[in-house]
Amino acid sequence: MRIRSVIPGFVPAAGITLLLLGLLVLLPLAALVLRAASLGWSGVWDLVTEPRVLAALRTSFGLSLAAAAVNAVFGTLTAWVLVRYEFPGRRLLDAAVDLPFALPTAVAGIALAALYAPNGWIGALAAPFEVRIAFTPVGIFIALVFVGLPFVVRTVQPVLAEAQQDVEEAAATLGAGRIRTILRVVLPALVPAVIAGSAMAFARGVGEYGSVIFIAGNIPFVSEIAPLLIVVKLEEYDFEGATAIALAMLTVSFVILLGLNALGSWSRRRFGHAR
Amino acid sequence: MDIRVRNIVKDYGRTAALEGVSLDIASGELIALLGPSGSGKTTLLRVIAGLEIPNSGQVFFGDEDASFTPVQHRKVGFVFQHYALFRHMTVLDNIGFGLSVRDSARRPPAGEIRRRCLELLDLVQLSGLEDRYPAQLSGGQRQRVALARALAVEPRVLLLDEPFGALDAKVRKDLRRWLREIHDRTGHTTVFVTHDQDEALELADRVAVLNKGRIEQVGTPDEVYDRPGTPFVFRFIGESHALAVKVAGGKVWLAGRPILLSPEDMGEGPAQLHLRPQDVEFAAYAPDALPARIISVRRSGPTRRAEIRLSDEQDAVFEIDAPAALSVRPGEERPVRILRGRVFSGD
Repeated sequence: MRIRSVIPGFVPAAGITLLLLGLLVLLPLAALVLRAASLGWSGVWDLVTEPRVLAALRTSFGLSLAAAAVNAVFGTLTAWVLVRYEFPGRRLLDAAVDLPFALPTAVAGIALAALYAPNGWIGALAAPFEVRIAFTPVGIFIALVFVGLPFVVRTVQPVLAEAQQDVEEAAATLGAGRIRTILRVVLPALVPAVIAGSAMAFARGVGEYGSVIFIAGNIPFVSEIAPLLIVVKLEEYDFEGATAIALAMLTVSFVILLGLNALGSWSRRRFGHAR
Repeated sequence: MDIRVRNIVKDYGRTAALEGVSLDIASGELIALLGPSGSGKTTLLRVIAGLEIPNSGQVFFGDEDASFTPVQHRKVGFVFQHYALFRHMTVLDNIGFGLSVRDSARRPPAGEIRRRCLELLDLVQLSGLEDRYPAQLSGGQRQRVALARALAVEPRVLLLDEPFGALDAKVRKDLRRWLREIHDRTGHTTVFVTHDQDEALELADRVAVLNKGRIEQVGTPDEVYDRPGTPFVFRFIGESHALAVKVAGGKVWLAGRPILLSPEDMGEGPAQLHLRPQDVEFAAYAPDALPARIISVRRSGPTRRAEIRLSDEQDAVFEIDAPAALSVRPGEERPVRILRGRVFSGD
C-alpha cells in the first residue's frame, strides 16, 4: 500500500508506533487476557462476582468517577484563577499544581492520612462531630481528588489562555452580564477540555494505589479498592483471583474511557471545535 | 442617535492612547475613524462602546451622558475585526444571543426571537445558513453574521472595528458596498475604524483622521482629500511627496525659482510643499517650468508614473502622473510645472 502525502514517513512512523504499542501495551494486556482465559468464562465470572470483589470494584470506579466530577469543577476553577488573574505567588501556585504528578504517591498517602486521621489536624476538627474521614471511602475520595486535580488543570489551562477576549466583550456589548457571559459563552467553549481532563483524572483514579491505601483503612466491603484487592490476592498466591479482578478492571475501564472519548468528540463537534 | 465625544483622555500606563479627543457624530451618519496603527482610533471606538473607561472626558448619546453607563446598558452594536462569534452556537443562536440574554420582562418570546433572527439573516443575505456553526462559514459570511448579531439588539449606534481587516481584497470590496447598502436601509448611526484610506473615502459620509491620539481633521472624503488640513493628513491620505521650499517676498521658492503658488498667508522662512502625482505635469519651456530629469517610468493603470529629480535641487525627487500617450523615457531631460500643491510652514 502506498500512501501519497506531502507529509513523508507515514509507513515508518506508523510501523514504529504500532510496534511499540504492541510490545509495551498490547502484549501485557494480551498476556493478562490469556491468563484469565485459562480459567474459562464461568471461572472468571464466579471470581469477579464474589461479593468482596464486587464491593471493591464499586468502590474503585464509583469513587474515581466522583473524584473526576469534583476535579472537573475545581480543576476548571483553578485553571481560571491561574489564567485570568495576576496576583503575587501565581507562579508558585502554578508550579504547585503539578506536585501530585511528581510526588511519590505513598508520600501523598502518608501526608493525607496524617492530616485526616482522627488525631490529625483536620481529622481532629471533624472528630467531635462523629465524622471520620480517614479509613473510610471519604478518605479514598480525597486522595483521588488530590492525584487527579492536575490533569484537569493542565488540560483546561491552555484552552482558557487561548480563548479570545473579544468573544466575552461581544457578549457584553450584546447586554450579557458577567455571570451570563461565563455560563453561556466561556464555559461551553471549555467543555471538551474539561471532559478530556476529567477522563484522565478518572483513569488515574482507577489505577491509583499508593496514596489510597494509607488513608483508606482497607476494610473489606467498606474501603477496599480493587487494586489493593489484587495485591491481597497475589500475596495469598491466588493468581487466578488477581487475574480475574484485573480483567474486570481492564474491561470496565476500557468501556468507560471509550464512552468518555465519545463524549469528548461529541462535545467538540457540538461546541464548534471541529471544522 | 447623535453621539458627542468630549475631551476624551485615555492612557495605558505610560503610553497615551487618546489626548483630548472631541468629535460630534450626527444621527444616521456613517463616519470613519482613519489612522495608522497606534493612532488611537480603536481606543476611541472602544471608549464610545464602553469597553474602555477613559481617564477623563465624556460620551453623550443624544442628550444622555453615557460616560458611566456600563457596556451592557449602552445599547451599542459592536462588530469585531475577528468576528468574535460564539463558536458553540449556531448562526441563529449567535444572532439571537442579545435578545435571549435580556431579563425576562424585556425578553421577546422564543418564536419572536427566531422570527427576528431569520429576518436579519435575510438582511445580511445568509438565508438558509441558520443551522450552521461559525466554523462552517467563510470569513465574509462570519462577518455578516457578526453584523446581524449586532443589529439584533436594536443598537443606538453601530460600531465596527476594522470590520474587513481580516478578509481578502475581493471580499472586502463586496462587503464595503454591501455595508453601505445596509446602512442606507437601516439608517443606523455608524462609526467604523479602518487604516485603509480607500475604504474610508469610499464608504464614509465623513472621515476623522487620527494621529498619535489626536484628531487631525474631520471632513467629507472630498475635504480631507482635496483640502488636507495638516501635513500629516496630506501624507496619510492619497499618495504624496514633500519638497523643502522657502517662502520669501510673498512667493514660494523651489530650487531657486519662484513657483506659481500663493503661500496662503504664512510667515517667511522654510516650508514644506506637499504634492500629489497629479499636481505636476510635464511642460514645454515656460517661465515657471523647472528643469528635471526622469529617473524611471512605470505603467500605472491609465497613466504613466514617472519618478523625476529636479536638475537644480538634487534632493527634490518626486513622482508625476503623465498621460499614457505621452512618450517619456528614463534619462530624458523634461521640464515640469507644478499646478497645485499645499504649503505648510516649518521644516
